[in-house]
Amino acid sequence: MSEETKTVDTARPVARDEMSKWQWTWKEMKKNKTAYFMLAPFLLLFIIFTVLPVLLSIILSLTDFNMLEFPNWKGIDNYIDLFLNDDIFMLAVQNTLIFACITGPVSYILSLLVAWFVNELPPKIRAVVTLIFYAPSISGQVYLIWKTLFSSDAYGWANATLMDLGLINAPILWFEDAAYVMPLCIVVALWTSLGTAFLSFIAGFQTVDRSMYEAAAVDGIKNRWQELWFITLPTMRPQMMFGAVLAITNSFGFGAVVDALCGFPSVDYAAHTIMHHLNDYGGQRFEVGYASAIAVVLFIVMFASNILVKKALAKVGE
Amino acid sequence: MASVKKLRTRGHKVVLNRSAGGDAGITFMLTLLGIIMFVPMYYVVIQSLKPLDELFMFPPRFYVINPTFDNFADLFTLMGDSWVPFSRYIFNTVFITICGTVGNLVLASMAAYSLSKLRFPGRNAIFQMIVMSLMFHSTVNQVTHFIILSSFGWIDTYMSIIVPSMATTMGLYLMKQFMESSVPDTVLESARLDGASEFRTFLIIAMPMVKPAWLTLMIECFKSLWNSGSSIYIHSEELKTFNYAINQIVSAGIARSGASAAAIVVMMMVPIIIFVINQSKIIETMGSSGMKD
Repeated sequence: MSEETKTVDTARPVARDEMSKWQWTWKEMKKNKTAYFMLAPFLLLFIIFTVLPVLLSIILSLTDFNMLEFPNWKGIDNYIDLFLNDDIFMLAVQNTLIFACITGPVSYILSLLVAWFVNELPPKIRAVVTLIFYAPSISGQVYLIWKTLFSSDAYGWANATLMDLGLINAPILWFEDAAYVMPLCIVVALWTSLGTAFLSFIAGFQTVDRSMYEAAAVDGIKNRWQELWFITLPTMRPQMMFGAVLAITNSFGFGAVVDALCGFPSVDYAAHTIMHHLNDYGGQRFEVGYASAIAVVLFIVMFASNILVKKALAKVGE
Repeated sequence: MASVKKLRTRGHKVVLNRSAGGDAGITFMLTLLGIIMFVPMYYVVIQSLKPLDELFMFPPRFYVINPTFDNFADLFTLMGDSWVPFSRYIFNTVFITICGTVGNLVLASMAAYSLSKLRFPGRNAIFQMIVMSLMFHSTVNQVTHFIILSSFGWIDTYMSIIVPSMATTMGLYLMKQFMESSVPDTVLESARLDGASEFRTFLIIAMPMVKPAWLTLMIECFKSLWNSGSSIYIHSEELKTFNYAINQIVSAGIARSGASAAAIVVMMMVPIIIFVINQSKIIETMGSSGMKD
């Protein structure tokens, strides 16, 4: 096996010229049989449970499938309905964008800044502080405690404090009042958002070479902000890219938090996001064709925001 | 010229570009944010230790006068009354988590080795697909996922949760990046020269070198499974998870606030303890998590 690789490696350019592209590919594939065997189990499940659902969504979005009858072809009718005749969908789009445009960037910047602050601490304290910031994101449904803090009676901390100060007379129904639902959900979402990306940033800061800072100081970098912008961030651009992808993904996936805090559907659809709309049609009304169209729209939004953010990140340190 | 700049020291180390004002400002910010992050976590623990009369005290207190474990005991009696025994919910969560995590570890590390250390046609395309899958939240797929699971006849079985979780891409991604940066090709090459098969090289040489990545992968998978709540693929009460049960208690409202706090505490202790033990390993893995543009 090994000797074969060796000889082929050196001989490859010649051998490759003599063969057609397909012959060469086939030869390489046969040579790497083990690689495919090792990849196969994961790839099979990945295709069945991730790739196939995406393709199926795209196809079904063009039909009126409802889980019972054989689907009829409807072309882009579902999309037309979605954008022109569905007022709640437009509300969901608006809420999703507000939600994502706040939680995405804020959680990203928060993760980055906190990681940067944490990086300057001595190792033992750093471990504790990291835990404090990271804990809410791994502790599952601990966000339910916000329901207690902001409960609709006087035993909730928020109401009790406000009443104590004499600012309000009657308790506020926090999670049942359309005016408070969205801001509260955003706060809770942010509270749980310092997750994997945050750890990645902490690791990123630790890998920056110290001698670069010394060289930079000689070259006229005057303060820590310049140091961050010109030295630190450009060196950890790969981590920032990874963090951005996760931040975007998460900013569209806070549906569970909203459900747990406000119930479903939320009052006056005040925190109704595209994800909820999808759930409503797919999981409850079984209008799968229509739900698939919603899913496809969401895919497009997610990919578009990823591309935009990647372009923006390329400008860091310029 | 250089003497114009006054050098500050911290311990015996010279610190460049750090003003005292900046240090103070950052410490202040970090403390403030830290308090906001910490208070709800702290409050849930305090709530779980409060006896009944203190739970209904006005205004609510951030400390407990007579700490008691009654709420934890209540949790068990409360759940004893439900038509599915409490232990069943815990068993479901533990069972699903262990099967899914071990499955993910086995499948993803083989795939990660293959993608990072072997060169074969299609390798880049496959990896690109996996990176793309990180870009969308899996709940988008829920509806079509349901159709696929039901065509296998897996609706309302453990399989509907366990099997898809084995192909979670986050762990694979982290493992692959870590293998690429910390397993030198020369070591693998010399194992091959000694006559080890590719699979043996993977198992005996590569895997022991990436222990931090195993842990990280396991925790990534663990946290999503452990925290999974009610799923649309499961409707039998006896297959539902502990998180689902907690939701039921919490939705009972104020009368159950002690028990629900206790349930949340039980649930959050496990991932937190695992993280505390493995923190340095996880951070080490994250060092190579970067994504090239």
